[in-house]
Amino acid sequence: MIPGVFEYHRPSTITEAAGLLTRFGDDARVLAGGHSLIPMMKLRVANPEHLIDLQDVGELKGVSITSDEISIGAMVTQHELIQNDALASAVPIIREAALQIADPQVRYVGTIGGNVANGDPGNDMPGLMQCLDASYEVAGDKGTRRIAAREFYEGAFFTALADDEILTRIVIAKPQAGSGYAYEKQKRKIGDYATAAAAVIVGPGIGSIAMTNLGDTPIWSAGANDALAKGDVDGAVNAVMAAISPASDNRGPAEFKKHLAGVILRRAIERAQGRAN
Amino acid sequence: MTEAAQTREERATALKGLGTARKRVEDVRFTQGKGNYVDDIKLDGMLFGDFVRSPYAHAKVLSINTEAATALPGVVAVLTAADLEPLGLHWMPTLAGDKQMVLADGKVLFQGQEVAFVIAEDRYIAADAVELVEVEYEEQPVIVDPFKALEPDAPVLREDIRDQLEGAHGPRKHNNHIFTWEQGDKAATEAVLAGADVVAEEMVYYHRTHPCPLETCGCVASMDKVNGKLTLYGTFQAPHAVRTVASLISGIAEHNIRVISPDIGGGFGNKVGVYPGYICSVVASIVTGKPVKWVEDRIENLTSTAFARDYWMKGKIAATKDGKITGLWCHTTADHGAFDACADPTKFPAGFMNICTGSYDIPTAYLSVDGVYTNKAPGGVAYRCSFRVTEAAYFIERMIEVLAIKLGMDAAELRRINFIRADQFPYQSALGWEYDSGNYHAAWEKAMKAVDYEGLRAEQAKRLEDFKAGKTRKLMGIGLTHFTEIVGAGPVKNCDILGLGMFDSCEIRIHPTGSAIARLGTISQGQGHATTFAQILASEIGIPADDITVEEGDTDTAPYGLGTYGSRSTPVAGAATAMAGRKIRAKAQMIAAYLLEVHDDDVEFDVDRFVVKGAPERFKTMKEIAFASYNQAIPGVEPGLEAVSYYDPPNMTYPFGAYVCVVDVDVDTGVTDIRQFYALDDCGTRINPMIIEGQVHGGLTEALAIAMGQEMAYDEIGNVKTATLMDFFWPSPFETPNYQTDWTTTPSPHHPIGAKGVGESPNVGGVPCFSNAVHDAFRPFGLTQTNMPHDHWRVWKVAHDLGLHG
Repeated sequence: MIPGVFEYHRPSTITEAAGLLTRFGDDARVLAGGHSLIPMMKLRVANPEHLIDLQDVGELKGVSITSDEISIGAMVTQHELIQNDALASAVPIIREAALQIADPQVRYVGTIGGNVANGDPGNDMPGLMQCLDASYEVAGDKGTRRIAAREFYEGAFFTALADDEILTRIVIAKPQAGSGYAYEKQKRKIGDYATAAAAVIVGPGIGSIAMTNLGDTPIWSAGANDALAKGDVDGAVNAVMAAISPASDNRGPAEFKKHLAGVILRRAIERAQGRAN
Repeated sequence: MTEAAQTREERATALKGLGTARKRVEDVRFTQGKGNYVDDIKLDGMLFGDFVRSPYAHAKVLSINTEAATALPGVVAVLTAADLEPLGLHWMPTLAGDKQMVLADGKVLFQGQEVAFVIAEDRYIAADAVELVEVEYEEQPVIVDPFKALEPDAPVLREDIRDQLEGAHGPRKHNNHIFTWEQGDKAATEAVLAGADVVAEEMVYYHRTHPCPLETCGCVASMDKVNGKLTLYGTFQAPHAVRTVASLISGIAEHNIRVISPDIGGGFGNKVGVYPGYICSVVASIVTGKPVKWVEDRIENLTSTAFARDYWMKGKIAATKDGKITGLWCHTTADHGAFDACADPTKFPAGFMNICTGSYDIPTAYLSVDGVYTNKAPGGVAYRCSFRVTEAAYFIERMIEVLAIKLGMDAAELRRINFIRADQFPYQSALGWEYDSGNYHAAWEKAMKAVDYEGLRAEQAKRLEDFKAGKTRKLMGIGLTHFTEIVGAGPVKNCDILGLGMFDSCEIRIHPTGSAIARLGTISQGQGHATTFAQILASEIGIPADDITVEEGDTDTAPYGLGTYGSRSTPVAGAATAMAGRKIRAKAQMIAAYLLEVHDDDVEFDVDRFVVKGAPERFKTMKEIAFASYNQAIPGVEPGLEAVSYYDPPNMTYPFGAYVCVVDVDVDTGVTDIRQFYALDDCGTRINPMIIEGQVHGGLTEALAIAMGQEMAYDEIGNVKTATLMDFFWPSPFETPNYQTDWTTTPSPHHPIGAKGVGESPNVGGVPCFSNAVHDAFRPFGLTQTNMPHDHWRVWKVAHDLGLHG
């Protein structure tokens, strides 16, 4: 558990960080909270020659909330998400989900940007962001662009982010008034990834579902959303179940996960419906 | 307040002796981050070792090329078996009479096996060099199933002992067979089974797991070429035994070896054995003349150092139709991995598995155990239990439940019918043990009353009705266990390790001003010896515990002892402490009588002083006596006040307990919620109630881990699937339930203070209790036996297979 040799960089602006990424290309990785990257480096599965630590980049911090939109800096920690009352009031499902990520010590350091950008199918935030139909702002030497969360994930650890781009902010439209929400997650223990997790937003004419760790990317289906918006819970569940492809692992065989996914999703829908008005 | 003005009770309280909830003196440094662990040791010019390990579970090693690694700046040397062979150190003896490769000698037998040892000036360079060592392997067929290992055409794992039909523990019947161990009366037991009203039969598997202490294993070897002395710092649960073994296998005279166990961050059996890292570090230090540190990481700890359990226990239990047990039969297939490196007393290759008649008066019994080689890591240590006692307890407590199902009887009542009665102690068991003391019925009734057992069963019945009516998807399970431990190994007449008798020791010196130091042959790994042994002594010699330093772990200063594991410290070293204290007191009595100018027999000990019988105003305190021993020698008596005791226990001690667990099981998700856990422990005389409670909480939590999720899992080609804490279950406070602790006190009749030991009881009793609770939830649907760990998917699968998902 000793990483190989690497150069450590600590830029203080996005421009500077993007410049380093452009300069070192494939040999560089940006470091946010480090909970995924550093263990991979210790196992020598990841061997970046240049590590670009983003913790001094002030532009990547802070949460801003306007009347219709929320913008969260990529370096905002899970702990800060949980502590932010205005955010919890605007999009309460974020706090509910963040509280189910790992443990307090991890959440002090782990960031939302790192969580969504890594493309790890075990991470909770990508599915949640698809449920919320969030967009990611990314910056590179060539400028900035926005990518919808629902189009960001291409495969396990493969995303629409280019090698020389940094995910800078997450932008979320405020959920419609009257909608209910729930984040339901089953895990073996604190600190574990989900065996199955479901993010649900539901209300009059509204339905959005995403699930986590049941395939290479978050599970999201337009059909499921349409069905749920019409109040067709069975239809929504069936649509999601058709989209999942869980792998057998130490959390259990695929057969178990498929069954569990349905149970978890129904519980999330039921809880979210109970909160809608 | 002057001493004279204190009441007798106040004086006793001031000692903080037996029975006091004295705060742990060790915690002052531990809670401030001031502990001194092996990895904190930094010596001038220290080098660092790291291993090249096998990625394969079974392969020939065709070649090892160390050129590139050796060429890396900062690398001092790379050792392979070829380098160790001239020293005779490429293999080492195991504690179980087998031998084990130190570095791969032509083949590897488990994933993670040590292949080469890199020594570098810097820890990072060592890790870089490991990547540069080129090893050419040729994969061989892998066996991870002990039953397949014994098939006639199974590949031979241990080429080194191919066709050697006599092993360390008798005849071998197959090249992958290690030993057969038999206890009890086979013919009589089979006759009882044949004629019984009822026989319940079951295969009970206790899966492979790992002690996984917070601190991994490691050492610093420092050979001083000027004076020829080797100092070995390490995470050793038995430092004296390590010194002797090191001397025997290295040829260095024993007086030239000093072994120091500094603070140890948990052992749980993992740190009893001798590992290749120690041998390689010593060799590296001898070769380089510099100190060499080796500390394993978590993956190395889980994959290569000693595992625990992995017992397949086939059982048959016979009873009358009224539930009186008449016989017990058990055959165990024991998966020992690639080398037999179990840490058991030499005469017990399956440990004390023959305690498997448990708390019950079973007149006839037979046990046989077959040890088997597989392509898994060696070990088989007593993970927070005495040798194989948790396996035995799990076996009998499952068999009782299985029998209760067969008889259609309540499992609490079945136990009650079969407990050894208080008037039967000392009790001779059918498998050869003499239980020292117990009052099982009293403990059981106290437990049943405390949890309102009848009330729980009524609630469970109601819940079952609701479940069947579709009102809930949760079942309620009630787990019961009454366990009997066997600890305190042990009497030298039948307990030794490599010929070293399993006595233990204490040496006491009283200082002139009335404080003291006690040194022991044991070593605390978190048990709180510095706290509790001082309390034993305080009560014995009348010096406050706060004025007594307890020191362990340095073989140059501590008296010889066999170390700390198997809950042996209190039963053996604790007894030695009391006995050494009594020698001090005997001399103190002579001094007091001399000072008081009366006959020795005319003074008597009173808390912290000797008083003249019938004239309590005439006394000498221990403090006064201590000073006097240094300046007013009695004519003909040596000055000073010192004593040493080497205590050979006449028998084991037999702690016991009654546990109840209540669990809610969500049949749709497999999630279990332990909503109540009641633990009554009887460990004999209670030295420190607070430490006992802490030990019980810790042991129960490790039991929870094992029963509910912790395992060392291998795939069919021998890859370890649970090599990190992501997959190897370590409960956090979130998963840990609330515990309700209780006790009865049945002193050991042969221990000087009646104490029995407690650290491991909660693990021994906890595992079957958690497991029985899960089983019990499904009993109405026909479940008799399912294997641990009861993690979500396995519990879900039980429900699924019973048709509970519709």
